[in-house]
Amino acid sequence: MNDLERRLASPPARTPHFEDLAAGLRRRAERAGLLDVAYATADSPLGPLTVLVTPAGLVRIRYPDEPLEATLQDAADRISPRVLEAPERTDEVRRELDEYFEGRRRSFDLPLDWRLVRGFAGDVLRATARVPFGVVTTYRAMAEAAGSPRAYRAAGNALGSNPIPIVVPCHRVLHTGGGLGGYTGGVARKEYLLELEGSLPPRG
Amino acid sequence: MPRVRLPPFQTLIDAHAAELHRFLAASVGPTEADDCLQETFISALRAYPRLRDSSNLRAWLYTIAQRKATDAARRWKRQRADGLDGVDPPVAAHEPADDAIWLAVRALPPKQRAAVVHRFVFDLAYREIGERMAITEEAARQNVSAGLRRLRLAVDR
Repeated sequence: MNDLERRLASPPARTPHFEDLAAGLRRRAERAGLLDVAYATADSPLGPLTVLVTPAGLVRIRYPDEPLEATLQDAADRISPRVLEAPERTDEVRRELDEYFEGRRRSFDLPLDWRLVRGFAGDVLRATARVPFGVVTTYRAMAEAAGSPRAYRAAGNALGSNPIPIVVPCHRVLHTGGGLGGYTGGVARKEYLLELEGSLPPRG
Repeated sequence: MPRVRLPPFQTLIDAHAAELHRFLAASVGPTEADDCLQETFISALRAYPRLRDSSNLRAWLYTIAQRKATDAARRWKRQRADGLDGVDPPVAAHEPADDAIWLAVRALPPKQRAAVVHRFVFDLAYREIGERMAITEEAARQNVSAGLRRLRLAVDR
């Protein structure tokens, strides 16, 4: 290798500030209307939660049991591949979640993006979103509220695939007999949330 | 038309921002590289959902970066020409890290510049350069040697 080629192997180097570059990129992407899905992960008493937000509102909350790559790929497939980590865009959701976990908030005041749920499941989850803090209800009641009283199994499935747990409070929906039933994030988390709200049924 | 499966855009940034910045810094200097990198990702983000082939996203990003470097090099040449006409260029033409050789790289025709950077900064074989630039292996070899000839002339002068 001659002298010229050796000099070409060491280009002008200056370590760039990738965080500044990334923040600038996010701002420009948002101004240009190119930030279709913004996400960020932050700690909570239930483990790190990833929040996904579209321009229409909160679209998804992920429990850490699901691999992050799977959540993000699902968002890329079903919403838009323009998925960027952008903590600023999720601040409002984070703040309300923090207040809720600290016991200072009983209802969420967030625009929701329902695009990940369709049909009957959507009706069930919209009905669930109206169940207030401190109240529990049943799968059967949610099926009825969605217009099909006998479809309580389908209602259970809809609640099991709730894309926005905690904020759409599927943890407030229990078995008709009083059993806790299942939960997207595991029954231990359901118990935690019900206890936080003072509505955990006595063990029997 | 079957939809191609595209990974979330953030994974492209995480995987390729550093190497693209290195490519751009060698092509247009470290200061311009910051802007070019943002321009590259904004252009990519704009076109991304319409992409019909996701088999080589890295090469796709490099072709966009090469285009942004070409735009920046053109601006730089124009400013330098204006400077020679007696008008001061709006930005300092010489950055601390620059020496004659990197100014000469910046002045190369776009394909030669990209080929030379891939060859010597990244130490790629001609076949890989061809893949990265979407040209044949032979065209990669020709661009590198033509670029080197020009650089020798510029540096030996």
